[in-house]
Amino acid sequence: MSLSIPSLAIAPTDAVWSVSELTTAAKRVVEGGLMPVWVRGEVVGCKAWPSGHWYFTLRDAASQVRCSMWRLDAQRHGKPPADGTEVFALCRPVIYEAKGEFQLKVSRIIPTAAIGRQQQELERVKGLLQKDGLFDLARKRPLPEYASAIAVVTSTAGAAVRDIITVSRKRWPSARLFVLNARVQGDGAVDELVRALRVVNRLEVDLCILARGGGDKEDLAAFNTEAVCRALAEVRVPTISAVGHEIDISFTDLVADVRAATPSAAAELALADRREVLRQLDDLAARLGAGLGGRTRFATERLERTSDRMQAAVAALLQRNQHQLERLGAQLDALSPLRVLDRGYAVPLAPDGRVLKRRAEFLPGEPFRLRVADGNVPARVEPE
Amino acid sequence: MTIIAEELARLEEIVRRLESDDVELDAALALFEEGVSRLRAARERLLAAELQVQAVLGEAGGDLRTADLDG
Repeated sequence: MSLSIPSLAIAPTDAVWSVSELTTAAKRVVEGGLMPVWVRGEVVGCKAWPSGHWYFTLRDAASQVRCSMWRLDAQRHGKPPADGTEVFALCRPVIYEAKGEFQLKVSRIIPTAAIGRQQQELERVKGLLQKDGLFDLARKRPLPEYASAIAVVTSTAGAAVRDIITVSRKRWPSARLFVLNARVQGDGAVDELVRALRVVNRLEVDLCILARGGGDKEDLAAFNTEAVCRALAEVRVPTISAVGHEIDISFTDLVADVRAATPSAAAELALADRREVLRQLDDLAARLGAGLGGRTRFATERLERTSDRMQAAVAALLQRNQHQLERLGAQLDALSPLRVLDRGYAVPLAPDGRVLKRRAEFLPGEPFRLRVADGNVPARVEPE
Repeated sequence: MTIIAEELARLEEIVRRLESDDVELDAALALFEEGVSRLRAARERLLAAELQVQAVLGEAGGDLRTADLDG
């Protein structure tokens, strides 16, 4: 089904949609495009059902919209708000298909009156921290790729430290965790958090996790104070803040180098996964084997090539030598006395085969032979 | 840089050199042996380790005291 509404349809039958097709398409448009938002409005007709869900209307001077709040979210709020209470509602716009209605699915409501003073203080701190650049993205440091020593600042009474230990043991058991206990809410929390964060700078660690225990009462106040934010900013190693809930954000979340939704998520961001590194080692082992294989194959090929070249060299040598032999033969041939005889010379030889070179060697009446080109001629020295 | 990061970097370098064409055979064999022993050591280190959790308790004479924390 396409999301585009056919605007060029002239007759209804050209392109007809069923009601449910249209509401489903509308649902996709509405729910796919909008993140949870805070809405300000007045609560009217809030009804708590036996199931635990709340249903009410939010309205302002011009509009109103139906809202639902599921049991688990409603439980955290105790009593349903009275009619006319002005609230901030954290909600996600939805389309309720059965009725074709636009609704808000609310997860938190905070009366605006309760917010007033608290909000003013938050705005003041936010302004200060912003002015000093503590929220600047430019000062965010990357987390180390293979951290092995980690400082954890949290309450050892909370669930956060358990979650972090569990995840760390699974992901990177060769890690060392240094846990710095600090109360995370109530009296003394700010001082203890500040002190613990300062101690982190005296430890040999790769990074620091600031965590608020899961299951604690929803109180982010300490993590929104100027003192804790500044102490966190002064930590010398990269920091992860795992303080808020999935949707709450504390100032420490903005000051830390990385924000994690939960303490478990913080441990996952902090530590590499051993299984992935083992896989990486397997891959390296395979490449190592293939690399050596390739290398020996290369060597073998080279040896083969070398042997071919040697054969060729020997053949070339032989051929060159043969030319030389032929040339030498030709030279020898030229020097042969037989070639001289060819030109009409004759060699006198004594009967015993000696070459007669001097006049004195020719004795009158003595026989000798003349060696000419094609044989011997018998001869005798004439008497003088 | 932590030990494992150095190990991985060295292993990567060894493999790259083995995969390149300009390594003599005896150098290749030496690289291979180094790679194998490093791989084995890294694997053993990863598999043998047990998470250490220590509580930082406070200061005593300027030094930080720590104690094992039961995970």
